Amino acid sequence: MTHGNVTFDRVPADDAAREDPEAATREEILDYWADRFGIPPAVFEPYTMWERGKGKLWLFRGDAPDTVPIQGLGMTFLRTRQKFWKPTTDAVQRFGHHATANVIHLDAAQAAAFVDGETIDIEWEGDWGFLIVTHDIAGEREPLGVGLYTYGELKSQIAKGRQRDLDSA
Amino acid sequence: MDVLERYEPLVDDFEAFRAACERPLPAVVRVNTIKTTVERAIDALEAEGITVEQTDWHDGLLRLPEDQPGANWPYFHGWIYGQEEVSALPALVLDPQPGDRVWDACAAPGSKTSQIAALQDDEGVVVATDSNLGRLSALRTNTEQLGCTSVAVTHEDARNHSLKPFDGSESQSERRQTRSGGSVEYDRALVDVPCSCEGTVRKNPDTLDEWTLDHVHGIAGVQKGVLRRAIQATKPGGTVVYSTCTFAPEENEAVLDYALTEEACRLVDFDLPLESTSGVTEWDGETFDESVTKAHRIYPHHNDTGGFFCAKLAVTA
Repeated sequence: MTHGNVTFDRVPADDAAREDPEAATREEILDYWADRFGIPPAVFEPYTMWERGKGKLWLFRGDAPDTVPIQGLGMTFLRTRQKFWKPTTDAVQRFGHHATANVIHLDAAQAAAFVDGETIDIEWEGDWGFLIVTHDIAGEREPLGVGLYTYGELKSQIAKGRQRDLDSA
Repeated sequence: MDVLERYEPLVDDFEAFRAACERPLPAVVRVNTIKTTVERAIDALEAEGITVEQTDWHDGLLRLPEDQPGANWPYFHGWIYGQEEVSALPALVLDPQPGDRVWDACAAPGSKTSQIAALQDDEGVVVATDSNLGRLSALRTNTEQLGCTSVAVTHEDARNHSLKPFDGSESQSERRQTRSGGSVEYDRALVDVPCSCEGTVRKNPDTLDEWTLDHVHGIAGVQKGVLRRAIQATKPGGTVVYSTCTFAPEENEAVLDYALTEEACRLVDFDLPLESTSGVTEWDGETFDESVTKAHRIYPHHNDTGGFFCAKLAVTA
């Protein structure tokens, strides 16, 4: 095998299939998206789920053998093996429009600050923790990424390399 | 050395060709239909005051004559991706269908990979290979930001591409069946090889300063190896598209001629939505198989684009 490849392991289907007690199961992952964001499990039905390294989960449209030595398999979509699981920016931009809960909407100026990596003072009546952040573009709401809400503040989780100084038009 | 002059015998209007090569190209973006529609992308760009001109041959290719592609809201959302007009051709010629298994043999930084995934509605598998780890990281980042879930990235020399990660022979062999039923070979393969890149001179004027005939000959060897492997890895009846952004017949028709001799394949006719000329059968004392005329050469003065070469092959056994 070529050097530099890493192994992707299939996420176990459920508790019965789980060998590593710390590993997230497909069942738990579907529950997480449904319970926290209201995204129906059917949205993820066409995808296989994979873990690479500790806790970083990938979503792949195709299927593959259970252990795959490869560099990338679809997109990273969820960070697990930590107290509060964290969706990725890419997953939220791709699937966030299905969400009905824990979605916080920003106005134009707040959205510009958010993609520039800033923390925003904002009122929020719902749960604290990781929220899906949206704004209006081309006449519709569109997910921007993930924010961490605590104590009246929404901390942008946009990675540094992805941050942009955009107009609040 | 005046590199372009060597092509004077091939080009219909050499002065127009040379003049076009000296003009810079406008920024062009492709709309990523995995994440949005062409209409919304145009609306969002125009809402930011960005001038947008749809190309007349492809709705989803937008010229931004006064702007750069990367500093706007649609880019942040992964709705658009900077991609030169002619570079959008090979994936269209490949014509991937939802559910296909496709190999993109020289994939980084991923403009064509993500275009293939979008043409398949992100359903199927695109195996995207590159030999350079640095470029591979850009490939992964780009395909993820564009929302591609059907792309698997491998790090290898495409000439030795292995079907192994997907054939499951190291684990559960009974699981090796794909949805298309058993074979892990590809339905289609794109061979958009590294080349001497003269066709990108309008974007990178330095390209010609670095040009050497030794490099052309050296890289032609790589191109032959990658094309051969792609033909071998594609199912009988499948399609392989070979493309470059060079005018050099050594890297174009000569590579096709070699593949026709060594592998079970033939060249097929295809139409392009842009003006082009046929592949050439003679160059520098060499003659090539007559069927290389089915390939298309695009010169910068034809459509006011970069230069390009594109051929479509059918795998016969």
